[in-house]
Amino acid sequence: MSELIGYIFIVIGLSFDFFGCLGLVRFPDVYNRLQASTKSVTLGTCSILFGLFLIKGMSAPGIKAILCIIFIILTSPVSAHALARGAHKSGVRLWDKSICDRYEEEKR
Amino acid sequence: MSKSRIILFILGLLIWLGLSWPVNPQHLIVGVLVAGFVALLTGDMFIKRPYLFKHASRYLWFLYYLPIFIWECIKANIDVAYRVIHPNRPLNPGIVKVKTSLKSDTALTFLANSITLTPGTLSVDIDQEGGFLYIHWIDVKSSDVEEASKLIVERFERILRRIFE
Amino acid sequence: MALRTKEKGAAKFIMRQLRWFIGMLSIVAILAIILFNPIPSILEWQSVLLRRSLNVLLLCGLFCLWRILRGPTPADRIVSVDILGILILGFCAILGIPTGRDWYIDIGIAWALQSFISTLALAKYLEGRNLDE
Repeated sequence: MSELIGYIFIVIGLSFDFFGCLGLVRFPDVYNRLQASTKSVTLGTCSILFGLFLIKGMSAPGIKAILCIIFIILTSPVSAHALARGAHKSGVRLWDKSICDRYEEEKR
Repeated sequence: MSKSRIILFILGLLIWLGLSWPVNPQHLIVGVLVAGFVALLTGDMFIKRPYLFKHASRYLWFLYYLPIFIWECIKANIDVAYRVIHPNRPLNPGIVKVKTSLKSDTALTFLANSITLTPGTLSVDIDQEGGFLYIHWIDVKSSDVEEASKLIVERFERILRRIFE
Repeated sequence: MALRTKEKGAAKFIMRQLRWFIGMLSIVAILAIILFNPIPSILEWQSVLLRRSLNVLLLCGLFCLWRILRGPTPADRIVSVDILGILILGFCAILGIPTGRDWYIDIGIAWALQSFISTLALAKYLEGRNLDE
């Protein structure tokens, strides 16, 4: 039974991953791409790893999968944050139809 | 041996045991040696205020925070999937400035991480002295500081203050 | 003059909808070819599902490679490399189930660590500062 639930988790994670990568292709500028891909791919991979844990149980790969989930949730937003900051400092503009850019106003 | 070193030793040992899961004496001995060495070398770098680990209520608030966080994550993913599939790309992006009253490093890191993984927001920069966060918002509802802080930050801030401050 | 711009806008709108429709149709067709060709037997659905989910992840990797190829700024390319690193962790996790080899997840852990550190270093480079700051 828990194996079946694990496979369902893997399929859900795959669909999230797929939408994230589609967003990487479709969205117009760096910040929007970063939003879509970071959120979706992080939760999708976490879901795949949780499915692996449910299938394997409390064995060696299962525990390693739990450690991986904690690691990804802690580090992936940090790298997204660093990339967004670096992109803004290196002079990448926002999309033309953006509403406001408070960060640019404050920097001047 | 200070308290922060002991806490770091326990955390390192737990991670080591997880990585070499079926516990046997050999791995345990090597793990104790390695974790003790790491704790001796980098004792005071990571944990500045070890007295925070004593309060039981913080762990309970953390358990209360987890389901809220996971539910927000799932909502964020459905939101992103909707925006990706929609033919007209319903985007309305912009960078807004919000205000937070949290001060410590750990609390600010967790706040920025939660903001990044919840619907439509991505933290770009932190101004720690003034307590301001710059946030890229995929669907800007208002560019005012107070309004935006009420919409984005407030739901996490009141829990995170009880955990980390 | 106003009518002309309106017509132009309408034509642009229709072109965009058409492009969206063709793109979605091709993606759905590729997914259907991956998932249902040849039609899976019910008895061994687990190994079939895992093998085809690996193909879906490969398609995601191809999207990332497309963004690396096309990206107008260096920031786009670095974002793609970061996402590719996380995808490979999922790839290793799935690969460990049907083959029964437990050490694939170890490769995934090492890859995720390396990917995180390299992303931080590349972000520092993008910011235009020294690495020891």
